[in-house]
Amino acid sequence: MQATDIGDPDYFHRVVECQWACPAHTNVPEYIRLIAQGRYSDAYMVNRDSNVFPGILGRTCDRPCEPACRRERVDGSPVAICRLKRVASDLRDDITDRLPRAPAEKNGKRVACVGTGPASLAVANDLMPLGYQVTIFEAAAEPGGLMRTSIPSFRLPAQVLEEEIGYIVGMGVEVRYDTPVTSLAALCRDGYDAIFIGSGAPKGKDLEIEGRHADPEHVHIGLDWLKSVAFGHIGSIGSRVLVIGVGNTAMDCCRTARRLGGGDVKIMARRPRRFFKASPWELEDAEEEQVEIIVNHAPRRFVTEEGRLVGMEFDVLEWDEEATRSRTVDTVILPCDDVILAIGQENAFPWIERDLGMEFSSDGLPVIDAVTLQTRLPGVFVGGDAAFGPKNIIWAVAHGHEAAISIDNHCRGVPVEERPANRMTLTSQKMGLTEWSYNNDYNPSPRQQMAHVDLAKRFNELRLEVELGFSAEQTMREVQRCLNCDVQPVFQAPLCIECDACIDICPVACLTIAPDTDSEASLRSMLTVAAENLDEALYVSEPLAQTGRIMVKDENLCVHCGLCAERCPTAAWNMEKFDLRLGRAGMGALL
Amino acid sequence: MPSIKKPLIPLAAMPTNEIGLTMRDYEGSMSTLCAGCGHDSVTAAIVRALFELSIPPHKVVKLSGIGCSSKTTAYFDSAAHGFNSAHGRMAPIATGANAANRDALYIGISGDGDSLSIGAGHMVHAIRRNVHMVYVIENNGVYGLTKGQFSASADIGSAAKHGKANTVAPIDPVMLALSLGASFVARSFSGDKEQLVPILKAAAQHRGLALIDVISPCVQFNNHNGSTKSYRYVREHELREIEPDFISTGREIVVDLPRDGSVMVAMHDGGLVRFRTLPAEYDPTDREAAMHYVNQAHARGEIPTGLLFVDESVPDVHELNHTSETPLVELPFEELCPGSTELEALQQSFV
Ligand SMILES: Cc1cc2nc3c(=O)[nH]c(=O)nc-3n(C[C@H](O)[C@H](O)[C@H](O)COP(=O)(O)OP(=O)(O)OC[C@H]3O[C@@H](n4cnc5c(N)ncnc54)[C@H](O)[C@@H]3O)c2cc1C
Ligand SMILES: Cc1ncc(C[n+]2csc(CCOP(=O)(O)OP(=O)(O)O)c2C)c(N)n1
Ligand code: SF4
Ligand code: SF4
Ligand code: SF4
Ligand SMILES: [Mg+2]
Repeated sequence: MQATDIGDPDYFHRVVECQWACPAHTNVPEYIRLIAQGRYSDAYMVNRDSNVFPGILGRTCDRPCEPACRRERVDGSPVAICRLKRVASDLRDDITDRLPRAPAEKNGKRVACVGTGPASLAVANDLMPLGYQVTIFEAAAEPGGLMRTSIPSFRLPAQVLEEEIGYIVGMGVEVRYDTPVTSLAALCRDGYDAIFIGSGAPKGKDLEIEGRHADPEHVHIGLDWLKSVAFGHIGSIGSRVLVIGVGNTAMDCCRTARRLGGGDVKIMARRPRRFFKASPWELEDAEEEQVEIIVNHAPRRFVTEEGRLVGMEFDVLEWDEEATRSRTVDTVILPCDDVILAIGQENAFPWIERDLGMEFSSDGLPVIDAVTLQTRLPGVFVGGDAAFGPKNIIWAVAHGHEAAISIDNHCRGVPVEERPANRMTLTSQKMGLTEWSYNNDYNPSPRQQMAHVDLAKRFNELRLEVELGFSAEQTMREVQRCLNCDVQPVFQAPLCIECDACIDICPVACLTIAPDTDSEASLRSMLTVAAENLDEALYVSEPLAQTGRIMVKDENLCVHCGLCAERCPTAAWNMEKFDLRLGRAGMGALL
Repeated sequence: MPSIKKPLIPLAAMPTNEIGLTMRDYEGSMSTLCAGCGHDSVTAAIVRALFELSIPPHKVVKLSGIGCSSKTTAYFDSAAHGFNSAHGRMAPIATGANAANRDALYIGISGDGDSLSIGAGHMVHAIRRNVHMVYVIENNGVYGLTKGQFSASADIGSAAKHGKANTVAPIDPVMLALSLGASFVARSFSGDKEQLVPILKAAAQHRGLALIDVISPCVQFNNHNGSTKSYRYVREHELREIEPDFISTGREIVVDLPRDGSVMVAMHDGGLVRFRTLPAEYDPTDREAAMHYVNQAHARGEIPTGLLFVDESVPDVHELNHTSETPLVELPFEELCPGSTELEALQQSFV
């Protein structure tokens, strides 16, 4: 077998499952260890480096890292990565003097961004310290995009939002509020060196069925309705509310409705529960607030009496196993006072002239390069929900970093395809014979549950944050659930005397000294425990000195406990911390 | 010693045996031996063998003397019974325990110092009596525990770590056992579980004393260049020709009968051992041939390993002594001690 190239930054990055799964590649285990040491500000800064908005994301992130977490394989529940991010944010000291600063002397390049959503803000965050002059145009009166207008403040308090946006705008970004960009052509004529479009997917989908326009006052489009609530234009709703849809928007709509007077709020779903788009935790939160979830009901028409909405008619469906085909078994009318439509978001670019050369695909999205995010118009880039349709905040941030690289290249006359390389370091964690600079013991604690504010209290106070955050005890337990996947057992074949000590001690039987072979499949089958998870790599050594066999570690099973390194008489195994240095705007020049 | 206990991690992939236990259920406390000690590998092989045989952990009795090797009984099967005796006294303790309760699996762990010097007399008599037990010598050529003095198994010419080469002739436990009429004699290597585990499984099913001489390097005092019991030396000189292949009781026996000239031996407890021998003429049931083979290999400087000899027909300690079928521990007190009238009658019968 070809020995594994651990010098390739991707190799160990994949082992750090959470970091690999995070679109912005946040160094999760590192910040969790810092929290364990009480170094909250450091933990915050590690987060901020990658995801820019630790306080916001610590409350709202879609957390693709958690399903990927190795701990899930061990005891069925991932580390509460997102909640710990909030701990770092809540308990940090004043970190303002550690924030990046814009130099007094500018580099003479001007960049325009459209929208103050997370995507544009991330672009500004990366470009301001490099001396760019960034101007953001925002249609609304306040910054934040959907983070402010759609995510209810009982999930994301305004103060958290303001603080973290302030860190970026405070570098001297020029934000023009109440200034919708109405023509890209005009913007182009303003002589900016680059333009970033972070205008989001601002349009909530409508449902054109019978009776839709009979009582428009009581049929709301979720996105607009949430925005009106956020800006204080709407303060009440009828007592019986039907919310159509099963995504994030639906969940936020139903919970908001409960706070505005909706006593009987129902989520109406076409398909069975396991096909819902909302995350399991969002469903739990909604159900905790006594929202009823009704499955297998497809809307048929709005029922009105004398111009007043009184109910909605549904087909009751029966689905096949994979919910691909359905048949109607019944029709029912459910009475209601209001209906909120939360069936999806759409992109809309009415302000972009189609004759500028910016090309759009048939689904209405701009044609862009997946890596550089450049449109067919050189110097014009798109990111966030505007790029590939609605995603989430962390993706918008990741796009922001990439777009900043492209913009920086573009402005320096470097091809946008030339990305600064990811680099890595491996640092020994050995402190003594069997002592490490991380806590390598396995902690069997179960995942800690988040405490919530009383139901009565939260229904009274629209903006009261529901989640209380972890207590000190919960934090202490939760941080120790992390398996430190970034601390890698690193192997040096020439040192191994093939004594089997590491193999015997490994608590998960993930090591094998195997005869060398050409076939990975046969190697996988001959390991101590057959390596059946093909998504996970095998760490394969050079041939060993005494027998020419190879040391093989199944990355799927390793829990990074360090026992192999403790039992190895020759330190052929050593625990080394993998630190990924992501390529960022401004680094290109250093290479 | 590791800084943490080997954690119990509930990974779904962990296989279970016929009685629903995982390999982890056969482990003992954390080893305090030097990292890389061969003895720990032998421990791991025992854990695997017990697991694969589905032996109820409490049906095992662990016995040992003094030495690093003798400490290892603490590191497997913590649910077993055990006795850590005085230096060299593992064999008599095992004999006594076995006499009292014939219905358990006796695993004696000893060292080359423990068995070939201070305990040599005891070992010799346990072999003669064919005590029903697995007798493992973890052989490293030195007294590890007392800092690496040569033991009686050190080869002539083998160099000490910081000193002279040994000049006194070694005792080879394999030849000793064969000459004493042992009924099961094997040699293996701690670094070769593929061979050691089946040997241990066969030994556990043998009806008398199964002697296994396991070369088990002392990384601390006898793993340098010039040692004949180092990992490297053993790997370079091991003659791995006689491969036992343990087949446990049940369905598998029907299939795969030897057609390649290999030899099958039925074990007392119903298992089968199949020998795949490279020298086709090797007969592991022929004591003289075995002695000849081992001698020849030694003369060539090779270390023959494998299950070298087995004879299931040799009567064990219980047959030899006509002991009760029911273990003594299970006999009611009245039967075990019939009273002074009976004693008097017995004494009268001698007059
Ligand atoms: C109800 C709801 C709940 C959500 N909950 C979560 C959550 O919990 N976690 C999560 O990660 N994601 C969530 N999302 C998704 C997330 O909010 C978005 O993916 C993210 O905000 C996208 O960021 P963006 O920068 O691309 O654009 P946006 O946040 O959409 O910001 C775009 C900005 O551009 C402005 N703009 C648009 N056109 C123009 C123009 N022509 N001129 C000037 N300004 C313009 C808009 O006013 C807006 O401020 C949720 C979305 C919704 C609808
Ligand atoms: C009666 C008695 N004499 C001497 C000793 C000292 N002593 C302890 S262990 C040992 C030798 C152990 O050698 P071995 O059995 O080969 O075990 P190893 O440590 O090499 O595994 C000796 C001589 C003792 N404990 N008791
Ligand atoms: S760190 Fe070493 S001992 Fe621990 S699980 Fe991974 S390979 Fe096994
Ligand atoms: S413990 Fe060290 S020397 Fe022994 S087999 Fe493992 S890596 Fe090799
Ligand atoms: S001294 Fe030798 S025999 Fe004893 S534990 Fe250390 S390596 Fe093993
Ligand atoms: Mg010894």
